Amino acid sequence: MIFLQVALKDLRSELRTKESLNASLSFAVVILLLFSFAFDPSGEAVAEFSGGLLWLVFAFAGALILNRSFARELPNDCLEVLLASPVSGAQLFLGKSIASFVLLLGIELLCLPIFGIFYNLTWTPRFLPLLGIFVLGTWGLTILGTLFSALTVNLSLRELMLPMLLYPMLIPALMAAMRLTTILLSGNDIGGDDLVWLRLLVGFDVVFTTLALALVETILVR
Amino acid sequence: MEKNIRIGIGALAGLLLLRNLWVILFNLPDEMDQGPIYRIFFYHLPAYFTAMCCYLAALAASVLYLTKRDLRYDAVAMAATEVGLAFAAVNLITGMIWGRVIWGIWWAWDARLTWALICWLVYFGYLMLRQAIDDPSERAKNSAVLSIFSFVSVAITYKAIEWWRTQHPGPVLSFRTGKQLIDPGMERMLYANFLALLLLAIVMVTVRLHQETLQRQIDGLRRRAHAL
Repeated sequence: MIFLQVALKDLRSELRTKESLNASLSFAVVILLLFSFAFDPSGEAVAEFSGGLLWLVFAFAGALILNRSFARELPNDCLEVLLASPVSGAQLFLGKSIASFVLLLGIELLCLPIFGIFYNLTWTPRFLPLLGIFVLGTWGLTILGTLFSALTVNLSLRELMLPMLLYPMLIPALMAAMRLTTILLSGNDIGGDDLVWLRLLVGFDVVFTTLALALVETILVR
Repeated sequence: MEKNIRIGIGALAGLLLLRNLWVILFNLPDEMDQGPIYRIFFYHLPAYFTAMCCYLAALAASVLYLTKRDLRYDAVAMAATEVGLAFAAVNLITGMIWGRVIWGIWWAWDARLTWALICWLVYFGYLMLRQAIDDPSERAKNSAVLSIFSFVSVAITYKAIEWWRTQHPGPVLSFRTGKQLIDPGMERMLYANFLALLLLAIVMVTVRLHQETLQRQIDGLRRRAHAL
């Protein structure tokens, strides 16, 4: 259970400085505000693209958190020390993924009511299935994002490279999460043909978690 | 010797392409519903298959690099990806031209088209990552991992016409449908042009590998000059 220790360490250090948490949350609110200028936020059609809007906000805010995931360890050569410690690469990666997951899920849960108020949407009746979709989508985002954060940690252009690599590859998960969130925010239940999106989301999480855990050791070992 | 083999394969690919072009333009009749524009499929589909083969080769080379740590495999992965991107671009562009004539629009946000574009962007990201890392072994290792991840998008693109209802035509080749949906002469020509483009891709990959070897030699000489 060393990965939990790593996750707690990351969460503790983030909650002390609130560096990426504040930046990410304020960025999310700014984007929510900007979207309202792109179309009529009081229109009937808002529910139809609500999932898309919400997940774009989460993806942008997520990139800020994920960028810091490994970069946080760069000062004072902390990453080298972590790698030299008896913690395996997979445990370190899993711990960091869990920490980013918790932070991002927290931001999403704060954004949801703000989104509901700004765009006049009722989300409370289907909160539990919505939470399930948030958990699945956010896990896909963080597992892939943390891996790419490890891939790009030593690059001078890492802030640019991470979203460039992450977003195209994340599309299956984003697409499914957007679709399912839209269904729920439009006041419908997930069922019938929509289950294919749920299967896609779960499949994405399983495939990429397995691949990431199998390959992360290769990336981290110098 | 290696150069002669390359020239030989290149000449064979060129001759085959010319012969195929002749047959496509003058021997094969127009398609009943689409008219003459259907001929673009003889480049659209083989270019897609060639790109898939290149991505598959890049995946195999990346896995081999991670197991054997030989930089030659990394060079193969890079060369195959670059050539694959070029053929994938041919596939996208020919598809857009066909779409403009048949559908009346250059681009439809349909699952297959979108996935082909995503796939292109994912592999373009692979090349961007390579450019951003200076250390050769670090670059080889990280890009090999990315190449393995990127292949997931290739698999999804391949299956997209079965998983989603798309505007893009469904599978037509008999090995996928189990039935003869198109004229056997046309299907034979698709395979013949695939062979020609595949040979062309092999030549392009070997030329790129040769350039890479020369680049490594130049880098080595430069380092020696600095040391002196």
